[in-house]
Amino acid sequence: MKLTLKMFHLIAALIVVSMILSACGAAATEAPATEAPATEAAGNEGAVGIVAWPGYIERGANDPAYDWVTAFEAETGCKVTVKDAATSDEMVQLMNSGEYDLVTASGDSSLRLVYGGSVQEIDVTKIPSYGTVDERLQNAPWHTVDKNGDGTPEHYGVPYQFGLNVLMYNTTVFPEPPTSWAVVFEPMDLPDGKPNKDRVQGYVGPIYIADAAVYLKAHKPELGITDPYELTEEQFQAALDLLKTQRTIAPKYWGDYLLQIEDFKNEGFAAAPSWPLQVNLLQADGQPIASVIPDEGATGWADTTMMSSKAPHPKCAYLWLEHSLDPKVQGDVAAWFGSNPSVPAGCTASELLTADGCKLNGFNDFDKIYFWKTPIAACGNGESNCVTYDRWTEEFTAIVGQ
Amino acid sequence: MFQRISTYLYLRPRLSLALLLLPPLVWFLVVYIGSLLSMLVNSFFYLDGFTGQVVRQFTLDTYAKLFIPTNVQILSRTLFMALAVTLGCIVLAFPLSYYMARIASPRMKTFLYLAVTLPLWSSYVVRVYSWKLILAQEGIISWFARLLHLDGVLNWYLSSPLLGGPSLGISLTGVFLVFVYIWLPYMILPIQTALERVPKSLIEASSDLGASPAQTFRNVILPLAFPGVVAGSIFTFSLTLGDFIVPSLFGNSSFFIGKAVLTYQGTSGNIPLAAAFTMGPIVIMIVYLLIARRLGAFDAL
Repeated sequence: MKLTLKMFHLIAALIVVSMILSACGAAATEAPATEAPATEAAGNEGAVGIVAWPGYIERGANDPAYDWVTAFEAETGCKVTVKDAATSDEMVQLMNSGEYDLVTASGDSSLRLVYGGSVQEIDVTKIPSYGTVDERLQNAPWHTVDKNGDGTPEHYGVPYQFGLNVLMYNTTVFPEPPTSWAVVFEPMDLPDGKPNKDRVQGYVGPIYIADAAVYLKAHKPELGITDPYELTEEQFQAALDLLKTQRTIAPKYWGDYLLQIEDFKNEGFAAAPSWPLQVNLLQADGQPIASVIPDEGATGWADTTMMSSKAPHPKCAYLWLEHSLDPKVQGDVAAWFGSNPSVPAGCTASELLTADGCKLNGFNDFDKIYFWKTPIAACGNGESNCVTYDRWTEEFTAIVGQ
Repeated sequence: MFQRISTYLYLRPRLSLALLLLPPLVWFLVVYIGSLLSMLVNSFFYLDGFTGQVVRQFTLDTYAKLFIPTNVQILSRTLFMALAVTLGCIVLAFPLSYYMARIASPRMKTFLYLAVTLPLWSSYVVRVYSWKLILAQEGIISWFARLLHLDGVLNWYLSSPLLGGPSLGISLTGVFLVFVYIWLPYMILPIQTALERVPKSLIEASSDLGASPAQTFRNVILPLAFPGVVAGSIFTFSLTLGDFIVPSLFGNSSFFIGKAVLTYQGTSGNIPLAAAFTMGPIVIMIVYLLIARRLGAFDAL
């Protein structure tokens, strides 16, 4: 548990700092990577700038054991500059600036980056290890799209890590693990005989509508939902109705994972969607908490390293893309971040990620995951009648923000 | 060298004035007014749902969206919370300020002054987090209520439809309490300053002329201290209008203006709508400041 606690402190500090910064209204933008002593010998630009989620690119500053940058710099001569981004939107904005080479984009921003023209096509033949990436991720639709319309989809990134949203529950309330998301969506009595009203949570983000769609996909087949991120108006309304029902029993929607931990400790909550991270931290704290992936499946996230269309250091960027797929790097990142490696060999290549690390983080549940992606009008059915993300935001605000 | 420069500047007072004023002016015009203008401009653009990109074309549609029921409710909820917090702060701050300004010994006064300002030195977020533990279902207040066998009263209060909730932390009352706690010093200090400015001679004259203490308070002290109250209320009111941290930690996840702006801008990239939303509190504050000027809050400036 040592490593997750370290990460916990790191993220806690980051959150506090970012909150103070935003509370002061200070738009903190760091200077980008400008110093680039050209290492002619290696034939590259000598630098690479990466926009990443906090904790994704570690150079041993927080814990010497977690370092997948120093060796890369020594080997290639490319000096790595990391710019942490707190939200997907910040990532999009930073990438629009054209000062950075790479970004670890999540599914809710990757298509925005592709269609907004901020990231360029990746030539996977220049990345020898691309074939080692989990086959299920190699051509994933959140980074492999046919933007130019020639019939063959292009690659816009290299898979980095993935994780999933589990159903966290209190084991004193549930002696047996719940098998369905119904416990957080529908009013009912929980196994301890008391109603679930005021004891369950949702997640506060428009993308949570997709969780409702996952539930409906299994329980209302007549709606014909195939992909929870591609919803027609009728399917979308059904998901909203389900959320409205949930709103009557869920007094709170969590956004900050530290606060969710507090809520489960002090506010008597019994069940909620969550991340493996919170479950691990609560269990480490001796709380009666466990998690399960319900029968309906679950939503999850898969992050992709994408390359700016104005990347100032393309050669070093390609070197990093190759380096990011190294099994040990993949395993180390997963251990530090509580995620899963995109390269299956990563599960065994890292000492930091213990033998059953991948299992704990949900690697084997891949088939049950519906990965986050930006809802756009163009559905997979070839028509353009899907509800777009700006409406997801508005309607979610209307229900949960009330 | 220095002497030559200073002689040069001494002989050209306009130049030295310009040099002195340049940094603050640049700061004010570029950073302050510039960002406000950029926000104003953005609020007249709109978001293309298909690409998720902001379309830079003039439209009033974004403002029209402000007036759908959800957003009207968010705006009015925030407005009422800001008013309630301001009133709560006045009620709590006035007696303490009065004591500090007119009754306390110099020693006591220094102590109180320090006690009021000390929390401002520590992190806002840490202090707000600590209230999580105070207000939680298994928190200090409910523990205390159980100890005093008052949990019935607490539960009765929490069962009230608008102000209640599963626990104090997850209710509007909790949001109100935390807001009052964090903004209270900003109310105490201006009121105390205003009260200290009330000349003793006026109060003596009032009682010499036969006014009862209550009359003196109502007709002499209160009107003279009022500008301080208004000045303090500008702080508490505007800070509550814009805050997004307290409503996301406490309450039942219902949105306040700050939280709505964060969601529109931060998660869906709908900068135009976020900008239009931000114009709400700006308009409210302008109206508020105009009323405050009417009430004489700026006369002492």
